[in-house]
Amino acid sequence: MAQPDRSGAVSYNPVSQEGWITTRLDFLVNWGRANSLWPMPFGTACCAIEFMASAASHFDLARFGMERMAFSPRQSDVLICAGRVPFKLAPVLRRIYQQMHQPKWVISMGACASSGGMFDSYAVVQGIDTIIPVDVYVPGCPPRPEGLIHGIMMLQQKIMEERMSDEALRDEMVPDPTSQLYIPPSRIDELSEPFGNSVHQTRSAP
Amino acid sequence: MSHASSKDPGAPAFAIVHTGQPGAPAPKSPRNLPHRGGEVNPSVEALRARFGAAIARHEVVWGDTTVYVARERVAEIAQWLHDDPTQRYDYLVDVTAVEYRDGVRPMEVVWHLRSLAYRRFLRLKVELPADGVTPLEVPSVWGIWKGADWLERECFDMFGIRFAGHPDLRRILLWEDYKEGHPLRKDFPLRGRFSRAEQLSNALAADPEARYSMEELSVADAFASLPEDMRKRLGGGERVGE
Repeated sequence: MAQPDRSGAVSYNPVSQEGWITTRLDFLVNWGRANSLWPMPFGTACCAIEFMASAASHFDLARFGMERMAFSPRQSDVLICAGRVPFKLAPVLRRIYQQMHQPKWVISMGACASSGGMFDSYAVVQGIDTIIPVDVYVPGCPPRPEGLIHGIMMLQQKIMEERMSDEALRDEMVPDPTSQLYIPPSRIDELSEPFGNSVHQTRSAP
Repeated sequence: MSHASSKDPGAPAFAIVHTGQPGAPAPKSPRNLPHRGGEVNPSVEALRARFGAAIARHEVVWGDTTVYVARERVAEIAQWLHDDPTQRYDYLVDVTAVEYRDGVRPMEVVWHLRSLAYRRFLRLKVELPADGVTPLEVPSVWGIWKGADWLERECFDMFGIRFAGHPDLRRILLWEDYKEGHPLRKDFPLRGRFSRAEQLSNALAADPEARYSMEELSVADAFASLPEDMRKRLGGGERVGE
């Protein structure tokens, strides 16, 4: 299949009609999706303050088609998880993700959402990718609005490369009914291995 | 802390000392306080006179007085401190607990009391020795200060200390079927007792909507597990199920 024309200029070349329609429809649909991402803000901590700054007039997310914050998951396209997620909130976050309509994407904003950050404790989820699939991770503690906007532009780039023929993209991930996880437990334990000095904090404490 | 008004025990019970009033002594600045020792809160003497052996010892740390009292009589003592016109501890600031690392010093339950009328601060402590006999239980002061409700629930959630007589003693910060114990105890590992996958799996198995319906603050399936008075209150007009 031919690569889509990302220049944005729509040209009509009757000679190369083969495979042309599918590609252009991809481009059109993706272009529409990428430039009208409505965010569902899931702000739990200081990252949400930076998110608000990104949305406000100085940085102005509306330039990227995020004119409207969708505070209902039913009307949103991209879940922006800004801040740490305690275990108590994990089922809520997953429920909100499940309530969103396809197509949907997730941005994990900041160190805590991406990896638990400094909160390597009994109460905090070590990365929201153990609960829901994540498309873009934005590093930072918290990331500056430029960082978030860069992450959003990366997501737009990712959306532009999607194919309608790839049905797997729109598959809902169904968690294992017994464990409620969709990643194997061993993988989750590996993902949430501690870094640095904190290895000394073992579970075998008396 | 100022004990300015406490010098005169014959003063009327309702006398409130305002620094702005002419002639009233200004409260002492908290600066230049000794670490240990200093002016003892006069309530200690009154407590000793009234409760005798139930008052074990007292100490003054950074100007604040701490009294160690007997576990069995703490409710009685708190009631007296609240009601007596010469004490009037009408504000419960905090209920919390302390566990020490050495495993020898007993666990302590702490009540921070303030008498707004007399400008006094008093810290009550009860020691719960880890002798395997003393239960982790103290009387609730909910009947005296209603504000103790959530403070005692938090203390129960974090330390596992039971407050006898509390109307609704259940977890407040962690979710109700949390299985790993009480996180502020010294034997609790920082990361919890279960592996991350187990923790996640337990957390995700919880159904937030089983307890609260989508309608704000109306109680769904968990209605039967609510305490009696809540059932009575919600059972009437409010929607109680999906």
